[in-house]
Amino acid sequence: MTRWLGWLAALGLLVGLAMGFGYAPKDAVQGNVQRIMYLHFPSILTAYTGFGIVLVASLGYLFTRRMEWDRVAHAAGEIGVLFTGLILVSGSIWGKPTWGTWWTWDARLTSTAILFLIFVGYLLLRGMVEDRERGARYAAVVGILGALNIIIVHYSVLWWRTLHQPPTLLGPGRAPIAPPFRAALAVNLIAFLFLFAYFLAKRLHLRRLEEEIRA
Amino acid sequence: MSFARRAWIVLWKDLLTERRSKESLNALFFFAVLLLFLFEFALGPDRERLTAALPGLLWLGFILAGLLGLGRTFLVERENDCWEGLLLTPGDKGAIYLGKLAVNFLLMATVAIVLLGLFGIFYNVDLWGSLAPLAVVIVLGTVGLASVGTLFGAMTSQVRARELLFPLLLLPVQVPVLLGTVKATEAVLQGLALSEVAHWLKLLAAADLVYLVVGLLTFEFVLEA
Repeated sequence: MTRWLGWLAALGLLVGLAMGFGYAPKDAVQGNVQRIMYLHFPSILTAYTGFGIVLVASLGYLFTRRMEWDRVAHAAGEIGVLFTGLILVSGSIWGKPTWGTWWTWDARLTSTAILFLIFVGYLLLRGMVEDRERGARYAAVVGILGALNIIIVHYSVLWWRTLHQPPTLLGPGRAPIAPPFRAALAVNLIAFLFLFAYFLAKRLHLRRLEEEIRA
Repeated sequence: MSFARRAWIVLWKDLLTERRSKESLNALFFFAVLLLFLFEFALGPDRERLTAALPGLLWLGFILAGLLGLGRTFLVERENDCWEGLLLTPGDKGAIYLGKLAVNFLLMATVAIVLLGLFGIFYNVDLWGSLAPLAVVIVLGTVGLASVGTLFGAMTSQVRARELLFPLLLLPVQVPVLLGTVKATEAVLQGLALSEVAHWLKLLAAADLVYLVVGLLTFEFVLEA
């Protein structure tokens, strides 16, 4: 099962790559640079999926006290941090040629960076608590607060300043994006979600083995 | 014993301890003065530059003082197994959270007022005209900092690397509080009415509410053995 997820993700990423470079045309304004969108945008949705799962799994753990929930939250948190890192890196690489700077204190950049920091803290906490069960409880509390805080951070930073383009696909009204771009993006998005599922399954398996050894 | 009564007892116990030892408050006063001098050294004596940076420095100093003060919230319970006493308290553990939060609120509000007074004197800012709006900002900001600080303070008191972990957890979560208080203070010191920055006050209130509710509901999971 896990293996199939892996192969599906690999296949999807290959097709996505081919579509991003071969099928989708060059952007009229930004040129080839714009193709980094096929990595940037799916990373964002994948990271948010991860943190959403952290929230649900943390609640699940506190209510049921089943360790499996905690393992899910931990794995999803790790993957979320990984993809948030990817967003920041790919965004910087995209920003340099288009905005002329690696980093700017724009609203969405800043709130993504803060999201990254909150969940790095979450992972650090897990490493620092010796008692397994206590670590799971603390992490669940921090995970819930961190995930809910995303919304407040989002608005606070949005009002603080903004330069990033408004949401293209998730905003209201019809998306101003041509069909070939959309198709390439959709394939990459699905591939990333498979990759996420693969990582999650793999990490859960690893963690179970780790705990078996320690027990 | 009612919920409010249990919260009050925790508050009273800690206030009494603080009044007799004067441990936290003395240290925090001294820390606030030190910060003030450090900011002055870092930015130089240029009056205009200092005044422009004042709201940011004020709330940065406040949060730094919070890192010292709030991290110690539950350290007093670590001695003589008092932690067990808290665990054995009957009823909703939210009462203990509220009591501790009230202590921290009083402590940090005092720090905020002292910091503000010191800034007014040393950086020559006229505060008299804007005391009431500043009080609103201080209350909202202090609840935001103290609510999360109390929750995380309880957690990290049980962790080995607590001095390291507490700021790492608290600081990123406090970003909305820092932004909101700084923006509101900026407006107030420029003589604008609070209604001009109503969206920031609403954001602060929303953050306070989320932190308070999460803190109240999850505290019992933090306080387990």
